[in-house]
Amino acid sequence: MITFEDVVKIYPGGSTAVDHLSMELPTGKMTVLVGPSGCGKTTSLRMINRMVEPTSGRILIDGRDVAGQDEALLRRGIGYVIQHAGLFPHKTVLDNVATVPLLLGKTRREARAAALELLERVGLAAEFAGRYPAQLSGGQQQRVGVARALAADPPVMLMDEPFSAVDPVVREGLHREFLRLQQDLGKTIAMVTHDIDEAIKLGDRVAVFRQGGHLAQFGTPQELLEQPVDDFVAEFVGRDRGLRSLSFDTAADLPVSPLTDGGAELVLDEAGRPVGWRLGGVVQPTAGVFTKADSLRMVTDLAIMSPVGVAVRVGADGTADGLVRHHDLVDFLATRRDRRAAEQEA
Amino acid sequence: MIQYLSNNHEVVLAALRQHIYLALLPILIGFVVSLPIGYLGVRFPWFYHPLVNVCGVLYSIPSLALFVFLPVILGTKILAPANIVVALTIYTVALLSRTVADGLRAVDPIVTQSATAMGYRRTRRLLDVELPVALPVILAGLRVATVSNISLVSVGALIGIGGLGQLFTRGFQLFYLEPIIIGIILSVLLAGLADLIIVLIQRAVTPWARFQRGGGTA
Ligand SMILES: Nc1ncnc2c1ncn2[C@@H]1O[C@H](COP(=O)(O)OP(=O)(O)O)[C@@H](O)[C@H]1O
Ligand SMILES: [Mg+2]
Repeated sequence: MITFEDVVKIYPGGSTAVDHLSMELPTGKMTVLVGPSGCGKTTSLRMINRMVEPTSGRILIDGRDVAGQDEALLRRGIGYVIQHAGLFPHKTVLDNVATVPLLLGKTRREARAAALELLERVGLAAEFAGRYPAQLSGGQQQRVGVARALAADPPVMLMDEPFSAVDPVVREGLHREFLRLQQDLGKTIAMVTHDIDEAIKLGDRVAVFRQGGHLAQFGTPQELLEQPVDDFVAEFVGRDRGLRSLSFDTAADLPVSPLTDGGAELVLDEAGRPVGWRLGGVVQPTAGVFTKADSLRMVTDLAIMSPVGVAVRVGADGTADGLVRHHDLVDFLATRRDRRAAEQEA
Repeated sequence: MIQYLSNNHEVVLAALRQHIYLALLPILIGFVVSLPIGYLGVRFPWFYHPLVNVCGVLYSIPSLALFVFLPVILGTKILAPANIVVALTIYTVALLSRTVADGLRAVDPIVTQSATAMGYRRTRRLLDVELPVALPVILAGLRVATVSNISLVSVGALIGIGGLGQLFTRGFQLFYLEPIIIGIILSVLLAGLADLIIVLIQRAVTPWARFQRGGGTA
């Protein structure tokens, strides 16, 4: 766990970069620091590994104040990834990744073996090991950056806009790989971004910052979307936050109607799997099907896309077992909203 | 010309040997001295501008003046090769300390910062990251200094010690063209060869540089 205790940073010029920041970044989770440019995200991140010293307040990692620790030793235990990767141009990919193990006193052979394994983990073939950073694309460099940060298996990782400099398609791929990696590794991660969508997609927790280094809100992505504390956060998370918040709830509690209630005939194959709706003598395909594990957002999307305004639920074996009609869905979402509002009051 | 060479090859060879010695010893000393001086210009930012100014002034002193006045300052004999060595060392240091400082300053701060964030301490970061990354710039400076030293040695002939330059004075004194031509050819060849050797060293120790944007310095 990384704990900020009433941390203030005022730079020599006199501007307050971080203003009385207190928050706890849970162990094994990814916390995303998000906010407009200049609101103190990078400064907050860099105080964790002492690249920046706080003016007052304390930062603790698993209860230990970082201020008392040897800077270099502290940093060798904290992975660090930045926007343009910051790879060493004069070292091969393999030696870049081997950096921290070497600093920790491993032999060159051990360090390179660890590095090779990491390169594989981040999806880079061994043929890249001997290349220099300038020979790689931006996305590949970023992967090497992640591998380098992970090479000594640090429990904590700091990432400053790691995916901002690559194009959207590559970023999408990096996100997917990174989420899978994090699922395996369970690092305690603090990541900075200015992109709220990225924050909501990747973060287990999201810390929204506002100008002047104030923490505006700290919570799960769902809390942020459904219960923004003020207009700033509401504006920042965006207009379609209602719809997006549906991504975080599954259809497990969503009641379904019998297959005969669709208003048109649902055509099944001999195994009982849905084929389409019979409309005026022709069978129109369903827009897709959902299971209890899918999100409410997906159900909503299916209901909107369906030729009859009805989403079809299937069981684990793919056979149809219930329908959700447009108006039933609207009713369910309304009660869900009221229930949440009541929970918040209490 | 062949005739002259076969009659005087010992004189020519001695001149060539002295030329190499007088040009390259200052390069070696100057390189070793310039590394720490250049580093100070980066480590202490206030020191950079004084350093650049002093280097500029030193480099602009005419070489003949330096050759003539050094014996007065150092107390050496006017004909001592040490005068040439010291003078050329001063030029080399003036040129290279600035190059070292500029090379180190040109290291992308993102690279330096990520080294720090990995857990490098200052000295190891300098040796393992900053100096190697600055090496293409430093070696480019070394090429300039080497070629410039090789041509400056000849000026020393005007005060009696000047490697191949002595062939020039000899030719002028005897109204004799051959030694002059041989002197010119040999010093051009020497400069070209030294330059080539440094380029080869550069290729060998900075293999990464040719992939950099802009294609490196070779
Ligand atoms: N080294 C520094 N010296 C002085 N001011 C700084 C320094 N670094 C950042 N700042 C200022 O502190 C504020 C927060 O910066 P930063 O933490 O980089 O914000 P963010 O990462 O959210 O864009 C900005 O106003 C910035 O200008
Ligand atoms: Mg920033």
